[in-house]
Amino acid sequence: MGAGHAHSLHHAGDSVVHRLPAHVKVVVAFVMVIAVVATPREAFWVFGAHLALLVAVWIAARLPVAAIAARSLIEAPFVVLAVLLPFFATGPRTEFLGLSLSVDGLLAGWNILVKGTLGVLISVTLGMTTPVRDLLAGLSRLRVPGLVTTIATLMVRYLEVIAAEARRMRLARVARGHDPRFLWQIGPTIRGVGTLFLRSYERGERVHLAMLARGYTGTMPLLGDVVTSRRTWTLALLPAAAAVVLATTGYV
Amino acid sequence: MTTELVAMHMSDGIVNAPVSLAFGLVALVGLAICVARARRDLDDRTAPLAGLVAAFVFAVQMLNFPVLPGVSGHLLGGALTAILVGPYVGALCVAIVLVLQALLFADGGLSALGTNITNMALIGTFVGFAVAVAMRPLARRSRAGLILTAFVAAWVNTVVASLGFVLEYALGGQGLALGTVFGLMAGFHALIGIGEGIITALTVGAVAAVRPDLVYLLRGERAGLTIKETTPR
Repeated sequence: MGAGHAHSLHHAGDSVVHRLPAHVKVVVAFVMVIAVVATPREAFWVFGAHLALLVAVWIAARLPVAAIAARSLIEAPFVVLAVLLPFFATGPRTEFLGLSLSVDGLLAGWNILVKGTLGVLISVTLGMTTPVRDLLAGLSRLRVPGLVTTIATLMVRYLEVIAAEARRMRLARVARGHDPRFLWQIGPTIRGVGTLFLRSYERGERVHLAMLARGYTGTMPLLGDVVTSRRTWTLALLPAAAAVVLATTGYV
Repeated sequence: MTTELVAMHMSDGIVNAPVSLAFGLVALVGLAICVARARRDLDDRTAPLAGLVAAFVFAVQMLNFPVLPGVSGHLLGGALTAILVGPYVGALCVAIVLVLQALLFADGGLSALGTNITNMALIGTFVGFAVAVAMRPLARRSRAGLILTAFVAAWVNTVVASLGFVLEYALGGQGLALGTVFGLMAGFHALIGIGEGIITALTVGAVAAVRPDLVYLLRGERAGLTIKETTPR
């Protein structure tokens, strides 16, 4: 996990969900994830209802299910953990297909599997309907300090540049016969990482000078500041409220 | 087919909602302190430099290295950034990378963002840096000392960050006995930490060989230029 983020999740479209302001969608996504995580693990039907809610959002956003599934595979390593739990957990055990499984472990594994999957699906929905630029602007509307959003903006802007630089350095190594297979053959790669840091840092110094030359005063201007109407908030918070209601029904 | 060895980004549902929210608060407070102190470390150059360092962390996490045939891992970079740019800027960069990975790439659950930031950006970076500071006399003495310091800092960073997970699991997880979780996490990360340690050590060595002035850990090492006047006879 964490590797190979070459492209963002964004899936261009023009639906109700796509047009919602990014900061509203971030809030909704967080509320929905917390609601899913707070749902008791024995309330099996509630998780089905959460999924139905998400499917409704996908229909409204006209997202292809295949693309959602492909982008959700990032969660796969945690499925392994969920599968291992019934074998290693303590407590009373049950027999299934001749295997001795822990009841508590089965429930705990199901808990991680279903909540992790729903969580990834919610994140993927957010990522697919929101362009990166809007997401960053949305964060600053949510009162994230300007310094943090500026760092994040510059990071996103230069990520492709730095990644391309890393690819060119790798290509140069491969062209000179470098073919690492074991940890002890990693020397040239690491010297490349060191060089990459120097080039990134020195690029940062040049970017700073270029920004100063263009009148940078320490804060970035917030472009296109529009007030979000109460109606938009109400509409967007509907699925979030539904998820919260579902989570509470799980307790009764 | 290569398998990912480093899987430290927690997903949703591993710890319960109250513990997730509590660690979200811990992460917010920690990052607020980091923002304030990062400004002091870098003044008005903070945003561009930290942005590029964060892009570097992100790019390095894309770089897979072979651990064993068929198994590859990638760097987390907490100790590396702490040694190179200081713990405050380092923690901020790693945290921003984690937030964007969760929001843009669905890597790491949204509700687990607080625990992930606490483990990898706060605990990992600061513990790694504390180890590096404790070993600073050794690091200043020779190049080998610096490389050893970076290795130990990165190894401790990885293991302690995984213990952060054990703590969160103890507070809000379910299913496994705590001893099993502790054994699995500490054991795995003691191995992963070796890879992280080697890469961190060699990267710091490579940077120190070319621009030792950029290595935060070694700041203030050399005396500045002094003006020597000829004494009139």
